[in-house]
Amino acid sequence: MILTNLESIPGKTITQHLGLVQGSTVRAKHAGRDIMAGLKNIFGGELEAYTELLQESREEAISRMVEQAQSIGANAILNIRFSTSSITQGASELFTYGTAVKLN
Amino acid sequence: MIDLIILISLLALGFGFGQYRENQHYKSIIKRESALRNIPAIASRHLPTEFTPCTTQLVCGNVVISIDFFKQFVSGLRTLVGGRVSSYETLIDRARREALLRMKEQAATHGASHVLNIKMETSSISKGQRNSIGSVEVLAYGTAIISEG
Repeated sequence: MILTNLESIPGKTITQHLGLVQGSTVRAKHAGRDIMAGLKNIFGGELEAYTELLQESREEAISRMVEQAQSIGANAILNIRFSTSSITQGASELFTYGTAVKLN
Repeated sequence: MIDLIILISLLALGFGFGQYRENQHYKSIIKRESALRNIPAIASRHLPTEFTPCTTQLVCGNVVISIDFFKQFVSGLRTLVGGRVSSYETLIDRARREALLRMKEQAATHGASHVLNIKMETSSISKGQRNSIGSVEVLAYGTAIISEG
């Protein structure tokens, strides 16, 4: 599975467009991390726990998208975009989408 | 009275540590930026023909940075009169540059020569919450070009 946010893969041609595929995950941060983050808020600086959490969630969103693409027989996803939204207090949604295609 | 003492000591702590950490962070950003200058990040969507043949790899870097108590207080005062909120400007600037650097570091481990089609996304992860943590997340992503031969 080739993942890219370009519109084409150099040196390869698209034989079939299979439409949009997407993956999303909603994650909440746990209280322990939140307390530490509250302390960090006095001193400033990076919140490593959140960085890690968001990175993990984004990887999960990508893997869900890849699963969907595999199920419809694609071998590459082009033009991938990420998006983040906070739905409710303390939880955020990570969403990723792209175009599933078949390359030769 | 006790409240005032707590407030002042929090402000002093925030000012001291916040300023120190910001300076340290800027130093490390500038150092790493010059080390990674050989991998240009390009915002173009199309692949220049001189790169082919090559393989591609999606790379991303993210960072969550929190504001310190002193800056939060100052920006609160600033909203009374309006104008530039310079305390938040440096926060966002640091977050963006750090996210780009992490993306480039990931590209470097794959042995990439360029990173194309850079997209940046900024979001505040604890919006609309009472006693919210003033923090911002920046994600930078792009396609790393790995030349063959």
